[in-house]
Amino acid sequence: MSVSTPWTIEGKNHERNFKSVMFLGLLWLSLFVAFLFLLILLVTTAMNGMGRYDLRLFTAYNNTTPADAGARAAILGSLFVVTVTALMAIPMGIAAAVYLEEFADRTKWYNNFIELNIQNLAAVPAIIYGMLTLGVLTIMGLKNKNVVIGGSIALALLILPVVILTTREALRAVPQEIRDGSLALGATEVQTVTKQTLPAAIPGIATGTILAVSRAIGEAAPLLLLGALVFITYDPNGLLAGFTTMPIQIFGWTSAAQAEFKQIAAAMSMVLLIILLGMNGIAIYIRNKFAKRW
Amino acid sequence: MSEVTGSTNLREFSLASSSPRVGERAIRGTLFIAAAFSVLITVGIVWSLLVPAIEFFRQVSVMEFLTGTRWAPRFKPATFGVLPLIVGTLWTTGIALLVAVPFGLGSAVYLSEYASDKNRRRLKPIVELLAGIPTVVYGFFAIEFITRVVFKEWMGLTVGTFSVLSAGLVMGIMIIPTVASLSEDALSAVPLAMRQGSFALGANKMQTTLRVVFPAAFSGIAAAVVLGISRAIGETMIVALAAGNKPNISSNPLEGAQTMTGFIANAALGDSRVGSLEYDTLFAVGLLLFIITLLINFISIRLVRRYREAY
Amino acid sequence: MTSESQRLTRTMHLGGSARGETAYPIMELRNLDVYYGDFHAVRDVSLDIGANQITAFIGPSGCGKSTVLRCLNRTNDLVPSARVTGVIDYRGHDLYGPKVDPIEVRRRVGMVFQKPNPFPKSIFDNIAYGPRVTGMKLNKSETADLVEHALTKAGLWTEVKDKLDQSGFALSGGQQQRLCIARAIATSPDILLMDEPCASLDPIATSLIEDLMLELVSDYTVVIVTHNMQQAARVSSRTGFFSAKVDDAGQRYGHLVEIDQTTTIFTNPSDSRTEDYITGRFG
Repeated sequence: MSVSTPWTIEGKNHERNFKSVMFLGLLWLSLFVAFLFLLILLVTTAMNGMGRYDLRLFTAYNNTTPADAGARAAILGSLFVVTVTALMAIPMGIAAAVYLEEFADRTKWYNNFIELNIQNLAAVPAIIYGMLTLGVLTIMGLKNKNVVIGGSIALALLILPVVILTTREALRAVPQEIRDGSLALGATEVQTVTKQTLPAAIPGIATGTILAVSRAIGEAAPLLLLGALVFITYDPNGLLAGFTTMPIQIFGWTSAAQAEFKQIAAAMSMVLLIILLGMNGIAIYIRNKFAKRW
Repeated sequence: MSEVTGSTNLREFSLASSSPRVGERAIRGTLFIAAAFSVLITVGIVWSLLVPAIEFFRQVSVMEFLTGTRWAPRFKPATFGVLPLIVGTLWTTGIALLVAVPFGLGSAVYLSEYASDKNRRRLKPIVELLAGIPTVVYGFFAIEFITRVVFKEWMGLTVGTFSVLSAGLVMGIMIIPTVASLSEDALSAVPLAMRQGSFALGANKMQTTLRVVFPAAFSGIAAAVVLGISRAIGETMIVALAAGNKPNISSNPLEGAQTMTGFIANAALGDSRVGSLEYDTLFAVGLLLFIITLLINFISIRLVRRYREAY
Repeated sequence: MTSESQRLTRTMHLGGSARGETAYPIMELRNLDVYYGDFHAVRDVSLDIGANQITAFIGPSGCGKSTVLRCLNRTNDLVPSARVTGVIDYRGHDLYGPKVDPIEVRRRVGMVFQKPNPFPKSIFDNIAYGPRVTGMKLNKSETADLVEHALTKAGLWTEVKDKLDQSGFALSGGQQQRLCIARAIATSPDILLMDEPCASLDPIATSLIEDLMLELVSDYTVVIVTHNMQQAARVSSRTGFFSAKVDDAGQRYGHLVEIDQTTTIFTNPSDSRTEDYITGRFG
């Protein structure tokens, strides 16, 4: 044993040295900056919209005069289109996820191919779904592409992979013991899925579908290709009616020549933000509240 | 009422199905069709892009398309070199990554390694909220606040309405949650036992994080970044609003430029006749975009597979 | 020899049942082999399960005890590459015969798992689930009677009768396991399989369940896999000792070393490997 340095377990704090503190500071800064961006975006948009938080925003149709313009057609359009989207994408997405997670034999090549395929589709840029919809509508015999059903198809195709992936996550989180217990009692596989696995996965599925629907509400790119940037002065009244949606309307107003349109664009943005952040908040709340400790 | 007992005599019974269970097979079949539909979607995408694109390539050679440096499809004479669009996409994507990766990764490391459970549960949703903002609103923010207020008024830079820098910056902000969320998952998936092993040797938290946890989670983090790249390349609304529609290969990020997606959006808003060369150009660029994102996605999937197998 | 006298000869070897009658074999395994893909995991198991008796499978880990147990209610089928050769004769029927529906098998051969696995439902619904999905048509009051009966038989009724609508997870570990036992007997099975049922329980809960097993055996046949050979000695009438062997190709596989009356196994086993395990010399 050396005599020069006395043996001790006290000394300088290695967690508090300069590098560690700097490191932690940088990390904390990244988080802070992310929040800061969010805050600035919300505040500036809110301020930019000052002056147009009025009832006319919701009740008036679009107009060439900024002061008279409103988003009524866009709001109704969004409501209509996204409802049909949800009706198409959610049941099919859940069904596909149930098949892949509960019934598919993983050794079969075609099942792996389907899985790979869905993962790919989830990463395809939104605008390409617009192109696909153009083709689909042509096959359906519709020359005019600006139809509600077109918008719904485009958005449903877009969010279908998301619904499938999040539902699969929710099903995967249900412990295998529950399925084993049900099968051991003599229940069939379908009974086990419908009476045990699916009910147990509902909070996760709800979270996923809410997030998927909110994505559909906020998406504009595929609809641009369908000609949704159009001047609509009536309430959409059928699957073949012309339509526009809130994000498209915001896009139109933002790129308009007159600067005053920027104001109403900002006001509408705040409305859209409140809706979407509200939905996201609900989804996250559901996820946290019902996260089961198995 | 039947008594709950077992029987002890050899009575006759059968182990065959008590009911035909047709419903079972019908349900399974329906579910399979729902899943197989996704393959139809991919086929549809490829077909809807390929048919007009082939028309396009009958009139414009693939060489000229991929290597030409002038993109002017509506001029006379029209030139169809797609490189300027690719350069525009590279610029916006590059700038976006410069923002998203440090901030996203930093947030992820903080949330995964340093934040207390309580804090993580509160802070993570706020980062995820950034992902809930629609891209149009980001686009508006880019053009109204970043370009007009920050660049022009506060910093006095010479910048027009459109700027690749502002589009890229805002796209970066948009991608932060993607990078942060997936990286945090990758970091949390590293087993606690590994960290404990490092602490047991006398390392401090920063050393453990940088030298043990981070390398272990590397594939997952790489996958997160690659996914961010994929989102940046495919993003349309922000660039359509803030980057502009003039193809540009200069290296001044304060200028506007057109990206692949920007061109598609612009062309869609235009009034080209269906079936014309101008119209088909849209699909040619779309096909290129699709192929690029497909390749990037394959890379990402392989990375994820590698990290999932590690434990 | 007629099949009747064959059965009688075998009953004498099985010894008495819990009720003191001579037990007959309710299940006979003859040359059972289990494969996972190409891997020949368990080889040549032949044994009888006596009716209304507790039969225990003991032995070190990885010797095929649970694998064989899971063949008895065809839950081994759920492993994709699993394959079985040989015969499992259940009351004269080949358990793996071509017309046999595994679902019907599981309705007659119940199982309790190592870690209690109640459903995320109320205690009442946990018990009522089995009868409901297996097609027992019961009205509300019949269902309530059935639930009470099953819980009483499992020794849990007095503890939970006032909280039947609480979640199954609200119970302690030992209570959850008794809930799972009640759930299993609610479908009136013939045979009850128990895969290390007390492995995750404390000694007090364990002894409650062992007492329960001794009561249940008058109505059901019980087969239990256990790592705890003292438990086998306490509750079972017959015990089978499984061990591992290595074949000429260097493959490790599980097999049955010997099966006999429990008292014989523990005092005077035929095979020296059994003796080594019992006395703690290996395993």
